[in-house]
Amino acid sequence: MTSQAEWLRGTLLALALVMTGPVLADNKPEDGKVTNFLLDNGMEVVVIPDHRAPIVTHMVWYKIGSADEPPGKSGIAHFFEHLMFKATTNHAAGAFDRVVSAIGGSNNAFTSYDYTAFYETVVPQALEQMMDFEADRMRNLILNDDVIATERDVILEERRSRIDSNPQAVLGEEVDATLWQNQPYRIPVIGWMQEMEKLNRADAKAFYDKYYTPNNAVLVVAGDVEPKVVKALAERTYGKIARGPDLPPRIRPVEPEQNTRRTVTLTDARVSVPNFSTQWVVPSYHTAKPGEAEALDLLAEILGGGSRSRLHQQLVVKQGIAAEAGAFFQGTMLDATNFTVYGAPRGDAKLADVQAAIEVEVARIAKDGVTSGELEKAKDRFVRSMIFARDKQDSMANIYGATLATGGSVRDVEEWPGRIRKVTADEVRDIAARYLNLNHSTSGYLLPQTQAGN
Amino acid sequence: MAILLLSLLFLVLPALSARAAMSIQEVTSSKGITAWLVEDYSVPLVAIRFVFDGGTTQDPAGKEGLANLMSGLFDEGAGNLDSEAFQIKLDDVGAEMSFEAARDGTYGSMRMLAEQRDAAFDLLRLAVTEPRFDQAPIDRIRAQVLSGIIANELDPDTLAQRKWLEALYGTHPYARPEQGTRQSIATITPDDLIAFHRANFAREGLHVAVVGAIDAETLKKKLDMVFGGLPQHQALAPVADVDPKLNQQLEVNYDQPQTSLQLAYPGVKRSAPDFFAAVLMNEILGGSAFTSRLFDEVREKRGLAYSASSDLVDHQHANALAITTATRADRAAETLAVVREVVKRMAQEGPTEAELAATKKYLIGAYAINNLNSSGAIAATLLELQLDKLGIDYMQRRAALINAVTLDLVKAAAKKLLSAEPAIMIVGPKHGEATEE
Repeated sequence: MTSQAEWLRGTLLALALVMTGPVLADNKPEDGKVTNFLLDNGMEVVVIPDHRAPIVTHMVWYKIGSADEPPGKSGIAHFFEHLMFKATTNHAAGAFDRVVSAIGGSNNAFTSYDYTAFYETVVPQALEQMMDFEADRMRNLILNDDVIATERDVILEERRSRIDSNPQAVLGEEVDATLWQNQPYRIPVIGWMQEMEKLNRADAKAFYDKYYTPNNAVLVVAGDVEPKVVKALAERTYGKIARGPDLPPRIRPVEPEQNTRRTVTLTDARVSVPNFSTQWVVPSYHTAKPGEAEALDLLAEILGGGSRSRLHQQLVVKQGIAAEAGAFFQGTMLDATNFTVYGAPRGDAKLADVQAAIEVEVARIAKDGVTSGELEKAKDRFVRSMIFARDKQDSMANIYGATLATGGSVRDVEEWPGRIRKVTADEVRDIAARYLNLNHSTSGYLLPQTQAGN
Repeated sequence: MAILLLSLLFLVLPALSARAAMSIQEVTSSKGITAWLVEDYSVPLVAIRFVFDGGTTQDPAGKEGLANLMSGLFDEGAGNLDSEAFQIKLDDVGAEMSFEAARDGTYGSMRMLAEQRDAAFDLLRLAVTEPRFDQAPIDRIRAQVLSGIIANELDPDTLAQRKWLEALYGTHPYARPEQGTRQSIATITPDDLIAFHRANFAREGLHVAVVGAIDAETLKKKLDMVFGGLPQHQALAPVADVDPKLNQQLEVNYDQPQTSLQLAYPGVKRSAPDFFAAVLMNEILGGSAFTSRLFDEVREKRGLAYSASSDLVDHQHANALAITTATRADRAAETLAVVREVVKRMAQEGPTEAELAATKKYLIGAYAINNLNSSGAIAATLLELQLDKLGIDYMQRRAALINAVTLDLVKAAAKKLLSAEPAIMIVGPKHGEATEE
């Protein structure tokens, strides 16, 4: 329901919300065993060998996202992601795309609140060439006014496509801007229209010079490669780039104490079935005390993670008042994050009935906690989802990239299943009681036009 | 510089990469059920994907949405397990099961942990051969489908899409809403579901692909166990071939910030001799790479849209080439003119030799990356190869088939497909407003 803010140049890459995955090395000895090292210029490298097919996923993650943008320049991180596909001093515009396409590869990029990533999936023989191109555009981009003007039109169309044409997306932006009073997650990744229209060459240049440096980047290579080969290639390509100035720590404005219940309502002629969501500010894996984020992951799963969850069973199956009902926790963020419940009525049920029933379940889990059976099943599902994730090399690359770009480490990823296993039922109850207080929450309502004024 | 790099790279790259040597076994069980299998033990899981011919085209008139509703009920009770008991067991077993009704077939898939394979296959057997279609889950799933139908009733894009299909396909089943209508799904009874299941889920219309930690002998036993209880013959209603009606223009007016454009041209059959010529032409015109002519002219040069692409629509009974884009309402007329100019130039001149050479390399190399990058993706690909009757050695032959296409053949395909006057749909503010600058 609430879409993830992953803005891509071409297609949307669905990053699994909860899959901060493990590596269970029980097959070929080298497969899945993750190696990481640092180049002399400060660039971090992670290698995830997977020899099932001669394919390699090459990703460069910059630790820079929309939440790092200067005031008044919303959308510059995403705009800049687009500009990275233009000409450099060594290659004409489109040359990189043509090379990738001519070897049957695929490439794209995406921007989120805390990171921007560029990737290519190719045969292993092309890995060094991909590194050459990525290393080139890390420093040698040509930014002129013509390129800026045309590509700015493209991002404005992208905003119209993704947000302005879609009432659910418009509401989502307003809910974020209301949930977050101070933290930059209140600003949409794609930017506010009136600020996007004014983004210019100077903004882009300043952004590039500040953030696109090897010491602010993480290289993730997953696939049919050996760590020592990746290291040699990375040293020959990225290694030649000079280290940039040290970036200041990413200290962002933080939230004041949450102390009100807020609502946002959008009525739209295109809506015929209403829906709502309620969100709370909660810690992320990066800001939480030990064990808290793991407990939030399990809380979201048990409360509303799927068809076995309490919300689905109570509202959709037993009471029959909801077309859908669920919950999720977005744990992989640099700063505090959100925990969300949502629902939509079915049949004669009213939205208010659905909301009230969800609130009953939230209060019940905060008071009485979860059963050991529920907890064990939820843990099993997480561990299973990670085995399934190993089946797709870009899933593994995404898990490591997103974790490292939001302050985590390779070890955090590897130890995650063990930490999930340690969470107790009391901890799940306590985390619900601590954070899911309706008096400190933000709800968004999407309503048909006929209900306006109710 | 770029050109030098390209040519060097081609020297070191294998002609057909990734999994070209992937070993596909054809497995036939003692009850005569055939599956394609790729054994792979590197991740401890098994993925199975199968399809029964038929699909939503088999919905009886007035019961539109039947196949779709049925596909939502396979994990809602089977054998002696009611809905809740079945779902608890599925979760205990650690397997994921899904069904989906498409136009020409009903697809099923399951992903399971290798160590719990036996229990998972047993649940799949129950779902496929002994679905219960109990009234309570029918009413619940129907109510959820109905909610979805109502939720889209005022959405201009949904309305437009419906009008578009009716304009292209008339009274053919392809024009009918796959989820059904408020009225049609209300009439569906357990007896309808039982009859539909019996008519569609039979061994002769079944195609199966399996990838993962399982050997051929074990799979044969599982095939008989899972599907052996089904009847031999399907009872499908015949579906006629249909050519989409071109040379027409539809407008759906809605005051929104963008105008979306869709254009339909004639397509090409999968079995046609000029299939790859059409595929290469479409890829150059508006394919998935960032280098297509439509992407370049509409987005890169003019900033008119976020995306602009063309696709070959390949149904069993109809084919088309479809172009889609969306642009600021006040630039819709300009965008449509650019699209039509790109099409016209391709129809008249075809691609260049260089474009064709690069696109051949792309299509050959991209196959593995786009189609074989996970167990589920491999299973889906093997299934499509079976449906398209391409043969178990197709992956070895594909590169040669593509390389054999000459520039003249691609030019002929361009002329044949793109010289037609297309069907055009415009969704956005009134045309007058859209064209005023």
